[in-house]
Parts: sequence; structure tokens; C-alpha cells
Amino acid sequence: MSPESAVALPDQAMAPRPWRIRARHAEIASDEVFSWTLEPEADSGTDADSNTPPAPGQFNMLYLPGVGEVPISVSAITDDGGIVHTTRAVGSVTRAMQDLGPGAVVGLRGPFGTAWPLEQARGRDLVLVAGGIGLAPLRPVIHAALERRADFGRVVVCYGARSPGDMIFRDELEAWGAHDDLDLRITVDRGTAAWRGDVGVVTQLVDRGGFDRRNTLAMTCGPEVMMRFTAAALERRGLKPEDIYVSMERNMRCAVGFCGHCQIGSQFVCRDGPVFPYPVMEPAFRIREL
Amino acid sequence: MKELLSILEQQPFFEDFDPKHLRLLAACAAERSYESGARLMRDHEPTETFWLIRAGQVALESRLREGTVPFQTLGPGDILGWSWLLPPYRASYDARAVSDLHTLRFDAGVLRERMEADPVFGYALLKHFTALIVQRLQAARLQGLDIYQNGGPGHVA
Repeated sequence: MSPESAVALPDQAMAPRPWRIRARHAEIASDEVFSWTLEPEADSGTDADSNTPPAPGQFNMLYLPGVGEVPISVSAITDDGGIVHTTRAVGSVTRAMQDLGPGAVVGLRGPFGTAWPLEQARGRDLVLVAGGIGLAPLRPVIHAALERRADFGRVVVCYGARSPGDMIFRDELEAWGAHDDLDLRITVDRGTAAWRGDVGVVTQLVDRGGFDRRNTLAMTCGPEVMMRFTAAALERRGLKPEDIYVSMERNMRCAVGFCGHCQIGSQFVCRDGPVFPYPVMEPAFRIREL
Repeated sequence: MKELLSILEQQPFFEDFDPKHLRLLAACAAERSYESGARLMRDHEPTETFWLIRAGQVALESRLREGTVPFQTLGPGDILGWSWLLPPYRASYDARAVSDLHTLRFDAGVLRERMEADPVFGYALLKHFTALIVQRLQAARLQGLDIYQNGGPGHVA
């Protein structure tokens, strides 16, 4: 029932270690969403081998000295242990991050939090529903599902974006779409005269089914209102609430369950989440103040 | 007829129908294919039909300054058309096949007469369409809220 347990707290959980930006990639034309590939700074006492690799769904705290620290989910792990973070520039820290490129050094502590329950999905159909930049925390699950394709039944990826120009990971979306054994469904809220794909909310892609209602595990990440309607669509298709997992986002500060900034009821999103079974978070979705 | 019945039985929209009502629906249905680009509905024009899409994709469109823009697409398993339910029985937008399309096409004019004559059937069909309309209304509201810009994950620090 619970998400795969988070790894034990990393050594020096409160002390950022220096990681260097190896590459920077604008995910959309406006550069508002961008990815960094990070590698441990040489001579820092940290190397990719000794560093605890993040599990799909976990996050790191990224620190810009003099500016601040933000929680950012891991959107990929490279073959040599580099960590990819994908961020949307919306606040003071992430806007400052937007200006940094290859060669810059930032502080990193983590990984923190719970992971997507990939092991529970073994032998079952896997449905991933992402909205907007919510595709980033689910991307490592897609990578894992493709690497271990035989472990799962049907793999359905539903992705909703604001418009065709707001779609992230475009090259990979194209590659995933070419896989015979991955059912990629994409929709946008606002089409254009040139757009030939689906238009409408991401939940309508769930309504099209194509998975075994009695043997499916679903994972969803996006705006909370989207996750709520996605869960309703999945339940309408016959999934049990306990077979649905959501990834929550809150203002995480300490990342280890002490400060309470990210608390929702009895749950600390940084420590007990960010991945939660839907029944744990469902009551919170109904409380306006949370 | 048997084949049409078996198609309907496999579609989520037609779940929970009384078997005799399902037979009535099947009697008013016919398989119909359309080539890519075909117009199934045109804004303001009379409509006495609804469709179950079995394969392919339909775009619901409106004309804007930038051209004809789709605001929703429908695919396999989706129902197209509810303007036949209420006066003035006219379409409110264009519907165009964006790929070759295979459908079940229902004679809704006949079905409406049967709904009037048999209120139990009428209520059952209306209930299914109301659920569909509510689902589409909720979806349209989500689309209008611009949730990926205004309420998506992204960090506020």
C-alpha cells in the first residue's frame, strides 16, 4: 500500500555538496522550463559512484549560495551517474537558476522522499498520467519501464500540456511514440491550426482505457486539480483507489521532516512523500485550505 | 444486428443498459466509415445523429482569426453529438474527421421518438448522455482554468 520506502537519509543530509552543471537544455522555446545535467564537483569528496542514486520519484534540494534552496525532482539519471533536474522558472531561486549554465557549481543535498512503487507494478499494466512539467518526475519511471519492459504488461503514458509549444522532452516523446510496446497518448489544452494531435484535458486519454482494470497500477503527477480528476477517471475505468499513486508538491525546506513547512495533515511531503498512495492524499484534496 | 449488439456491449458508454434497451439502440445503429477530412457536423446545421467512434479521430472545431482551431478531439470509444437531444436540434460547432474514421452512426430522430414513447428508456438514455455532458463540461472547465500555467508543479521559492 505504501510507496516504495525512501532510502535512508543520505549522509550529511543537511550539508549541500558541490555539483557542477555539465549541460543545460531549454525544454521549451521560451526557456521558462529548462534541464540541468549535474555531476559531482571534482575533489569535493563526492563522486557519482559513492553518491546514493536517486530512485524514480525522489527529489534533491538544490542550493544557490546567497539566493536560496529549492526542492527539484529528478527527471533522469545518466549512464555515468549524472543527475538531470528539470525546472520551471517561477520564483526567485528558480529564476536565478535559469541564468546558470555549464561550468557553474551549485549545492546539492539528497536524494529525499519516497519513490514511485515500480516493484508493485511488476506483472501488471502500468498507466502514467502526467500534466505539464509533471512529466519530469515520471520520466525516470518511463526509462525504467522501457529498460525492464518484460516486467510489465501494457505501459500507457498519457501526457497533457498547455499547448504544443509547452510540451517538454520533445525528442524523447518522439522516440517513445515510436516504441511498439509503449502506448503514448498526448493531448494539449489549446490546439493550433497546425496541431494534428489530440486536444482536450489529459483525463480524456484515461477515459479511452486500453488497460486491465483489475490489474493496473497508475501513477500521476501534475497540478492537484488534474490529479484529482485523473484519479476519478481511473476509478471510473475500474481501478481501486489504492492502485493509484500521486506525487505532491509543497514548499519543502528541511527535506527531512523536521521543519513542517510541507506538512499536509499528519504527512510531511518531504519525508512521507512526495509519492503517496491516493487514499492517503484524497482527503486533503477535499480541504480547500490545504 | 447481433454484431452491432456485441459492439455496444463492449463499450463503457453502453454499460448498465437494460438488454432490451440495448437491442433498441442497436436497431437504430449502422456501421459507417468516413474518409479523413469529412465533415460529420457543421455549426448551426440540423443534426439528428450521434456517433460512437470505433477507430480514428474527430476534431471539434471553431473558426477563429488564426483559422479553424480544434478545441477538442474525440477518439475510439468516444460519443460524438448531443445536439439531437434538445431543440433546436442544431450543431453548435463543426466536427471533422482528422483521420479515416470508423463509427456506429445512430438515427437519433427515431431514438428521440422512442424516448418519448417509453419514458424508462428515455430516462436511461438521458442519464447516460447527462453523465457524458457533465464529464465534458468538467473537462472544458479544466481547460479554461489554464492549470498548467496557474496551478502546476513548479517551484515557488
